[in-house]
Amino acid sequence: MNRREFTQAMLAAGAAIPFSITRAVGQTRGGTLNTIIQPEPPLLVTAFNQQQPTLTLGGKIYESLLKYGADLKPMPGMAQSWEISPDGLTYTFKLFPNITFHDGKPMTSEDVVFSCMKVLTETHPRARQNFARVASAEAPDPLTVVFKLKQPFAPFLGCFDCTSAPIVPKHIYEGTDYRKNPLNDKAIGTGPFKLKEWVRGSHVHLVRHDGYYLKDQPYLDEIIYRIIPDSASRALALENGTVQLAQWTDVEFFDVQRFKAQKNLEVTTKGYEYFAPHQWLEMNNRIAPMNDKRFRQAVMHLIDRDALAKRVYFGSAKVATGPISSKTKFYDGKVKRYDYSIDKAKALLDEMGLKPDANGKRAEIKYIVPPYGESYQRAGEFFRQSFARVGIDLVLVGTDMAGWAEKVGNWDYEMTQNLLYQLGDPALGVSRTYVSSNIKKGILFSNTEGYSNPEVDRLFDEAAVTLDEAKRLELYSKVQQILVEDVPVAWTLELEYPIIYDKAFKNIVSTGIGSHETFGSVYKS
Amino acid sequence: MDATRAFLRHPSGMVGLVVLLVVVVIALIAPIVFPVSPWEMVSAPFTPPGEDGLLLGGDTLGRDVAAGVAYGARVSLVIGIASAMAAMVIGVTIGAISGYFGGKVDLVLMRMTELFQTIPAFVLAILLVATFNPSLLTIILTIGAVSWPPLARLTRAEFLRLRNREFVEAALCQGEGTLRIVLGHILPNAISPILVVTSLTVATAILLESALSFMGLGDPNLMSWGFMIGAGRTVIRNAWWMSVFPGLAILITVLAINLFGEGLSDVLNPRVSRRRS
Repeated sequence: MNRREFTQAMLAAGAAIPFSITRAVGQTRGGTLNTIIQPEPPLLVTAFNQQQPTLTLGGKIYESLLKYGADLKPMPGMAQSWEISPDGLTYTFKLFPNITFHDGKPMTSEDVVFSCMKVLTETHPRARQNFARVASAEAPDPLTVVFKLKQPFAPFLGCFDCTSAPIVPKHIYEGTDYRKNPLNDKAIGTGPFKLKEWVRGSHVHLVRHDGYYLKDQPYLDEIIYRIIPDSASRALALENGTVQLAQWTDVEFFDVQRFKAQKNLEVTTKGYEYFAPHQWLEMNNRIAPMNDKRFRQAVMHLIDRDALAKRVYFGSAKVATGPISSKTKFYDGKVKRYDYSIDKAKALLDEMGLKPDANGKRAEIKYIVPPYGESYQRAGEFFRQSFARVGIDLVLVGTDMAGWAEKVGNWDYEMTQNLLYQLGDPALGVSRTYVSSNIKKGILFSNTEGYSNPEVDRLFDEAAVTLDEAKRLELYSKVQQILVEDVPVAWTLELEYPIIYDKAFKNIVSTGIGSHETFGSVYKS
Repeated sequence: MDATRAFLRHPSGMVGLVVLLVVVVIALIAPIVFPVSPWEMVSAPFTPPGEDGLLLGGDTLGRDVAAGVAYGARVSLVIGIASAMAAMVIGVTIGAISGYFGGKVDLVLMRMTELFQTIPAFVLAILLVATFNPSLLTIILTIGAVSWPPLARLTRAEFLRLRNREFVEAALCQGEGTLRIVLGHILPNAISPILVVTSLTVATAILLESALSFMGLGDPNLMSWGFMIGAGRTVIRNAWWMSVFPGLAILITVLAINLFGEGLSDVLNPRVSRRRS
């Protein structure tokens, strides 16, 4: 289908809506959900790429064993039930019967073991951390998976959402170079929707996977992700109903209020509980002057983060005090506070010997602007002004999505902005940024800044294997105090993204994973 | 000096010149009138024009639009003039060689020029800027590299016209060197149409730079008019002033340069002038 045929098909689909028959009660089959994807993801296989657009789209195609509610409690995904041995070492999952991949082949426990232990440990940085704790994974029968851990790992049951442990087909990937497999373009998973076509620069068309294992699901016939690079066009598309759902950064923060007033649309900040997006100014700790703790502390002082929340995010954000989001359970607010103070920043810079030259200039630092939309651009401009006040020239450098991932992953940067998910537990979403065992070149969202502190490593490791919640809290409090003192990255804000959708669609936000969820249960009333 | 006097009597040319001088003055005094950087957030976001001491309002971050417009004049003029100069150097060199030597040299150079003329200038500019990281220098060179073909063709035509004139043959008979003949005899006689076209190239260069910045391909460290429109465009429904004022600045400046250039053309090339024929 080329673009013109696509447009015609869309017009035809639009014309057909008034005549389609809808059932009066319950979940009805049928309907098309038009939504947005931006920027265009580099590929759709979530096992190989975990940038936000890839996850949003790939979440429909690839499923995992569990889902998580808004309270982050596990719910059945492809596993209908699970058991944990009393010693916390053995996890047994029972799969639903009759799960099939999009190519028609059955999905069995073999695929789960292969995906988790072979593929993800090579290609998925946070899954690698999780499954490195597994001593053995077995498939005693096609519907049973048994993970035996080397030692207890408190949040192990939190490792099986569709973004952390997507299941890929063994019959396609076994014995191949995973990332270069030609079938990556086909994106074959088990999710309720399968890829029909991807017209680069235009749209990604997903259609119903008829062999889906849950009765009647998915309810929708198709989901069309339109690639709309321009934020004004995205807002307009949502306003006039061309698209019925916007998530993450699709709608700029200054537009959110406007949509709250529009009657047919629902605006919610729910559906991000699992992620608790945490944002920071990332500094390459390997390079002077960022290799000096005092410089990084100065950065914390020189950014007026309240103003950043107000001016760039229009109130859809809260100032972050440290590495752990206040929205998760091991958060400790009793840490060193960095108030906005140019004088304190200057004093720290003077102390470390980074004195201004005759022109008042202390240093020049390159800042790569992440290509995720306008708020990132504005934030970059905000940072540049903040640094200018203490005599540091921040030179903004633009790049595309692949370029940003390549540069940050390979430590080829000085400063940038980064945003990571907290994933419900510090052992899953927080430690990965700070422990030295996760300094892995070429891997995005690992310890890319290169921070290394044996004490921090020890505390994170111990907290991860401790099952007692009170003890864990104590360990995480300690680690938060050390990190806030060392400032490996300059935490800025906890972002509160909106999900905005047409009220005709139900179950859009049904779990704590929000718009990354599979959407099998979404229906149009 | 006849030309100067004639220009002073040229109404639209003078209007262009005066407006252009005003823009130049604004560019020069921008740091005095607005001592604070145009990137500085001086007010609440979305401040409407006239409020909070901001004549033209504030943008999404609360930056002064008036300061942006004034500093943008510096960027636009520098890039416009520098890239027109770059285009002139490339175009005149190629045109002069082509027209003076003729034959195979001419054939090769003109085919190459046509090749450049067939590629849409803006597309080529996007490609070049995206390939090399956008910075002041790369943008100037890029605009120069896509704007030279008309100048090359014009110079070639002038050289073809002049190279068989008696004064050139006389110089040849006296045994003067090629370089001296080209620079000392032919070029001075061909310079007036070249100057006219170069002045008009300044206008297109400003438009090109604005378009590149609008698309986010400008130097992100320069406050330029195109950048301001690009940044304000998404909120144009809530805040028209962020894109309208820089837009007007582009309109007025480009119009002034065009009026000036046409005036220059009328005065320097009276034979081909529409007005006097």
